Amino acid sequence: MKTTDDTPQDLIIIGNGMVGHHLVEQLVERGAHRHQRIRVFGEERHLAYDRVHLSEYFKGRDAADLALSTADYYAAHDIALHLDEAVTTIDRDARELITPQGRYAYDHLVLATGSYPFVPPIPGSEREGCLVYRTLDDLDAIREAAGRANTGVVVGGGLLGLEAANALRELELDTAVVEFAPRLMPMQVDSEGGELLREKIEALGVQVLTDRATQHIEAGETSRHRMVFQDDKLLETDLIVFSAGIRPRDQLARDAGLEIGERGGVVIDDHCLSSDPAILAVGEVALWRGSIFGLVAPGYQMAKAAADTLCGGELSFQGADLSTKLKLLGVDVGAIGDAHGDRSPGARQFRYCDQLKQEYRKLVVSSDGRKLLGAMLVGDNASYDSLMQYYANGLELPEDPASLILPSVEGAPTLGPDALPETASICSCHNVTKGTICEAIDAGCDDLGAVKDATQASTGCGGCAALLKSVVDSELEARGVEVDQSICEHFAHTRQELYSIVRVEGIKTFSELIDRHGQGLGCDICKPAVASILASCFNEPITDAAHVPLQDTNDTFMANMQKNGTYSVVPRVPGGEITPDKLIVLGRVGEKYGLYTKITGGQRIDLFGARLEDLPNIWGELLEAGFETGHAYAKSLRTVKSCVGSTWCRYGVQDSVGMAIHLENRYKGLRSPHKLKFAVSGCTRECAEAQSKDVGVIATEHGWNLYVCGNGGMRPRHAELFATDLDDDTLIRYIDRFLMFYVRTADRLQRTSVWRENLEGGLDYLKAVVIDDSLGLGDELEHQMQTVIDNYECEWADALSEPDKLKRFRSFVNDERPDPDIIVTEERGQLRPA
Amino acid sequence: MTTATAENPNQTENWQPLCTRDDLVAQSGIAACLETPAGLVQLAIFYLPGQTPELYALDHHDPFSGANVIARGIVGDVAGEPVVASPIYKQHFRLRDGQCLEDEDMQLRTWRVVLDGARVMLRH
Ligand code: SRM
Ligand SMILES: Cc1cc2nc3c(=O)[nH]c(=O)nc-3n(C[C@H](O)[C@H](O)[C@H](O)COP(=O)(O)OP(=O)(O)OC[C@H]3O[C@@H](n4cnc5c(N)ncnc54)[C@H](O)[C@@H]3O)c2cc1C
Ligand code: SF4
Ligand code: FES
Repeated sequence: MKTTDDTPQDLIIIGNGMVGHHLVEQLVERGAHRHQRIRVFGEERHLAYDRVHLSEYFKGRDAADLALSTADYYAAHDIALHLDEAVTTIDRDARELITPQGRYAYDHLVLATGSYPFVPPIPGSEREGCLVYRTLDDLDAIREAAGRANTGVVVGGGLLGLEAANALRELELDTAVVEFAPRLMPMQVDSEGGELLREKIEALGVQVLTDRATQHIEAGETSRHRMVFQDDKLLETDLIVFSAGIRPRDQLARDAGLEIGERGGVVIDDHCLSSDPAILAVGEVALWRGSIFGLVAPGYQMAKAAADTLCGGELSFQGADLSTKLKLLGVDVGAIGDAHGDRSPGARQFRYCDQLKQEYRKLVVSSDGRKLLGAMLVGDNASYDSLMQYYANGLELPEDPASLILPSVEGAPTLGPDALPETASICSCHNVTKGTICEAIDAGCDDLGAVKDATQASTGCGGCAALLKSVVDSELEARGVEVDQSICEHFAHTRQELYSIVRVEGIKTFSELIDRHGQGLGCDICKPAVASILASCFNEPITDAAHVPLQDTNDTFMANMQKNGTYSVVPRVPGGEITPDKLIVLGRVGEKYGLYTKITGGQRIDLFGARLEDLPNIWGELLEAGFETGHAYAKSLRTVKSCVGSTWCRYGVQDSVGMAIHLENRYKGLRSPHKLKFAVSGCTRECAEAQSKDVGVIATEHGWNLYVCGNGGMRPRHAELFATDLDDDTLIRYIDRFLMFYVRTADRLQRTSVWRENLEGGLDYLKAVVIDDSLGLGDELEHQMQTVIDNYECEWADALSEPDKLKRFRSFVNDERPDPDIIVTEERGQLRPA
Repeated sequence: MTTATAENPNQTENWQPLCTRDDLVAQSGIAACLETPAGLVQLAIFYLPGQTPELYALDHHDPFSGANVIARGIVGDVAGEPVVASPIYKQHFRLRDGQCLEDEDMQLRTWRVVLDGARVMLRH
């Protein structure tokens, strides 16, 4: 479409929405603004903004945050921007546009007018307080109306309807969704999926009414409006948002006599040209091969093709995939390809439904089971990325396709980034393939940020971020680029390397370490990590002047900070065994200092709400009664849980309490990469839950079975059986070696479970190191453990013996009074933060 | 006199002694308070011996948690700029001007604080 003479041409774009703006960027990228006079008309007052994230406007993002560009950008490229100026007529004979402000000549024209929300022609839908959800101004109107409303209804249970419902809910309205079809999101999910979705959404307090056609809307009795349905049922509400679909804004084109589809939309060809070759259309107003695309990614691809057409190129629009992955009202929904399976004759389906966890997954595969044609996910989108790759790239499915949607059992096939072909589309918004990413890396991009800048991948909807990162990481690794594992900007070393440096060079302070091997002042990442390494190696008191500024607050004050700045106090109760006398002391101390008292999940007692200045006195009293610190604040041994064992229990085969106390006293104070929890059970009934601990010990007729690397917490993992029928000494030797090997080789904040999962060689390797001493480290590990044990001292006892260490235990250095902002209230007979 | 400042704490009347050098904790913080016409203000005083400046005073109130805890955070630097990390939710605040690095709308107030011999003096 290049012209032969050199007179600059006039190019006008109508619509400054997402796609219209993307077209401008694409033109600028091709240098078109240097040869053509570009003019953009936008009906809205705002410069193009991110409509996809429109709802974030209610979460505090303002128009400027959502803007996709700036007026400066337009000015800098000599593009005239007419905001708040709607085009009313296209005069094709004169090649001119008319707006209320004037007439403008064009050589080429692009329609990027988007679409408008469809409001069904229901009598009463024009009433005040009946709104739509499309523009920033619409949202202002909703917010304003919500201020005077208690209840709200969204008409339409599709994707946008649910998004609008969430917005109403966040505006604190009692919200209902009314859907004409028998289920929610009829386009994306089937009846089973729809049912789950309904349950999940109702659980959030949003009422869901399906199969409801609104007949008319009239004045209500208790609320502002009353909706009357086909079965004469009624629903009263103060505010109504229509979200019953979108329609292309093709009126200008109709009036100008361009070819329009039967159900609307400006008909375009693969080059985005309309029936008048001087006029193009892109985005939601365009109808391509009978389809309108209501998503931004296809719009961007049209913009790219249109820009190319306008610059004389050949690039064509080839359709786009409508697969979507969303989180609506916190519920994952994914639809890929032919999700319903009704467009592919002979297709076979796999379905998995878990009504307890409320997850539903469906695969549609070719009749020979080799190719994925579509998929539907409700409740969990974890498998979306992998499935999308099988679908988009026609990859051969695994032997048993069902494994892709069954709950993840170990060994389920996953699709790693290396398995993807070069043509695999990684970012559909910007149409970036794995090949493009590899090229960018080969051209010198050496981290994620650089790849993003160079390819624009992951700068649209953001849905591809995780996939992009894994591709970039794996490609960088494949090229031998070391993915930076440094602990932070102050040390170009991993935790493991720092550990060896400290040991080999005998470095005993942070300042020496950073002088020799790091830079700067350190930070809240490296300081606690180094403090932990130093303690694991030398076990000097953490409140010594050289160590105290490195500690996390909890370690500094040897107590756990609570949300109001007070602390909790957890004395050690080894094995959970405690005398009545000591219980009385705990009770007295709690009473005296006004502490909230609770039995913990770790078989001991937590006293909450201690004021900073009270901590030394509280601990003075506890120490006097024979208590020690419980390290509840530290990454170190927490508790060793026990059951009563052979002493009392009719089934017990060994003294589990005795062993638990012995272990707790042996390893207390061992600082480690993360916290450590043990348990000892007296028989196979396992009342102490040893198989969920970092170290679990279960009594047998002949001794002890040892389990390692389990935990509860965020991602529970069962401990694995490590050795059987051990005598006391061997048990302790193995635990010594196991713990020290973990301390030496784990990452910071890595629990034994994750460490074990990342350990090359797995459990067998660990057994070889600990049991067979395959690395010849056994003696050294035991010796290191002995050093730590020999240097143990209760941290609170140490601090109380050195008044200098207590100078921070005051609310104010220059005033005796306590922090006046700590306010408590009473509940169930105890104090808690107000 | 260890200060190298233009102001002379002894001559300006709005300098107030807070504590002594011994009360400070090197490479870390302590809290202090200040009566003002608007009420009690809580301050976090950080001491970085060997750096310039070596003393900083910021709000002790953590705007994210609402608790008075900033003085109990870990001091360090981000790209050479000294910061303190809130001990509760770990946001970083620049010692120089109190600016939060994670949220540009959050800024702690700062005060000038210097050593005058062994005395820690605050300007308010
Ligand atoms: C007090 C207690 C809850 C209770 O009232 O029972 C508790 C309280 C806290 N837990 Fe816990 N956990 C407590 C037992 C548990 C248990 C159960 C157990 O130990 O048998 C678990 C699951 C078992 C496990 O760890 O494998 C548990 C898993 C966690 C986790 C998740 C760890 C994980 O690997 O996923 C955290 C977060 C962390 O450590 O990073 C955590 C962190 C915390 C913190 C420290 C959160 C924080 O940083 O402020 C809480 C501080 C309480 C305080 O101020 O004193 N707590 N926590 C329990 C103290 C036990 C004790 O006597 O020391
Ligand atoms: C709440 C919401 C959530 C969404 N979520 C997603 C999502 O998660 N993923 C996704 O892919 N898509 C999503 N979409 C859809 C996406 O926003 C649209 O596909 C995209 O904005 C279409 O771009 P467009 O430029 O074609 O239209 P628009 O962005 O609507 O822009 C058209 C512009 O043209 C202007 N205009 C119209 N007529 C005239 C005229 N005569 N003169 C001057 N100007 C005129 C309009 O005022 C408008 O500003 C969502 C939409 C909404 C409303
Ligand atoms: S479960 Fe969560 S809230 Fe409860 S004590 Fe543990 S960390 Fe705190
Ligand atoms: S897929 Fe939308 S940003 Fe990549």
